[in-house]
Amino acid sequence: MSRAARIVWTRWATGLSAVLLLELACRTGLVPKLAVLPPSEMITAMIALLQTDEVLGNVAQTFSTVALAFAAAVAAGFTFGTLLHGLPRARRAIDPLLASYYSVPIFVFYPLLVALFGLNILPLVAIGFLAAAPAMLIATLLGLDRVPHVLLRVARMHRLGWGRTAILVILPAALPNLFQGIKLSLAYAFIGVIAGEFILSSGGLGYSIAFAYESFDNRTMYGLMLFVLLSAVLSNALLSSWEGRLQRRRGRA
Amino acid sequence: MRGETSGHAVLRGVTRVYPGANPVHALGPIDLDLATGEFFSVVGPSGCGKSTLLDVLAGLNPPSSGTITFEGNPVAGEVPDGVGVVFQEDASFPWLTVRDNVAFGLRRIGMDGAEIARRVDYAIGFMGLKDFASSYPAQLSGGMRQRVCIARTLVLQPRLILLDEPFGALDQQTRLLMGDELLRLWRETGATILLITHALDEAAMLSDRVGVMSSRPGRFIDLVDTGWTRDRDSRIVSEAAFGVITARLWSSLRTESMKAMGRT
Repeated sequence: MSRAARIVWTRWATGLSAVLLLELACRTGLVPKLAVLPPSEMITAMIALLQTDEVLGNVAQTFSTVALAFAAAVAAGFTFGTLLHGLPRARRAIDPLLASYYSVPIFVFYPLLVALFGLNILPLVAIGFLAAAPAMLIATLLGLDRVPHVLLRVARMHRLGWGRTAILVILPAALPNLFQGIKLSLAYAFIGVIAGEFILSSGGLGYSIAFAYESFDNRTMYGLMLFVLLSAVLSNALLSSWEGRLQRRRGRA
Repeated sequence: MRGETSGHAVLRGVTRVYPGANPVHALGPIDLDLATGEFFSVVGPSGCGKSTLLDVLAGLNPPSSGTITFEGNPVAGEVPDGVGVVFQEDASFPWLTVRDNVAFGLRRIGMDGAEIARRVDYAIGFMGLKDFASSYPAQLSGGMRQRVCIARTLVLQPRLILLDEPFGALDQQTRLLMGDELLRLWRETGATILLITHALDEAAMLSDRVGVMSSRPGRFIDLVDTGWTRDRDSRIVSEAAFGVITARLWSSLRTESMKAMGRT
């Protein structure tokens, strides 16, 4: 077995062991069922919940909010990152703000966002966007910084214009960093939206989990939590596998 | 031997000054005539402006004063048609296979697919990369990646090839073998070659003429005719004349190298 395969097996075995241990602890009463449901019950609860129109509606609301926030964050982060890269003075001014951005709890802006956009999906999209866009912007700057100068000289040697240099040389060279930005943006958008729904919404998965918690409805709460967890892990795994294929092509994985 | 026609590329009074609060006079004035089919090498102390010379000749950097012509036409603003450049650093595109790397320039000029395939096959075979056509640069050694870059330049059939320390990162044995490859390429293509190198033995082995540059601002302080025949290869390093040429290069360069190190 190769080293990589051993690592994958070890990862799966560790995760599975933890789940089995929790199942055992819950079943033997070591962990009270009122506090944590056994994983097998979480799974059956999740499957049952996903067959109800109400939960499916909440899933659709949350996923569409995340998708909007994510798409806007990637587009804006990439555009402003590119612009900022071309404006070194502006970048010097903004760099300290970017460096300290994630120390700001963006949820404090929710009242402002409601005042700006009204009580609808937009403040949540804005929260997801604010959480995700800087990650894409920083990754874009990093990616463009790391394009080897010699490749730009090769582009000049081939007499490529600005546009073709960007498409044929700069973008492919920056792609690994851009991909990191896309991955992070999705994760931050997901976190921003779900957390926003917890405290600020009257619908969506975050709201449903909070409502179930306040109603002592453990089955719904853990079923939805498991669904959120699996959705986040799955989307990240899909992007990681895409990234892995990209890196393998470059012989770096 | 040098070609019959002179003045394939001509530099007259070329200088390069990098502007700024403290302008840096990096090069010149330089006068140089490269004959058609000549193999000319440039040696000089670190920071003497060798690469700047290549940049201005390639059209990658404008000269501050003076004129540069290639095949009678002024070089200004962009790399002229017929000029190929191979850089010191690994300049292969890591996201493209060897085949796609080599075909890069040809696809950009919209050449017919069959002609691209023919030229790419030839260049890949010529550079000994046939078994690696589908590999990515990261799967190749440093020497092989540099061969990919040379092949990418070669397919464009340049009449003037500018090489900026292309073997700088390679070990001595690989350098000697790559030198042989370069001489073979030079003989087969008939191109004029200007090689920037810091290795005196490399310059002495490969060149028809070697220009020795002074410390900054770089000017030619000696031009050495090697007198080698066109069918030479790396075995000439064991000839007595090779030692004489290398010694002359070093004697011209020693004082300048000491100046560059701050020791006069």
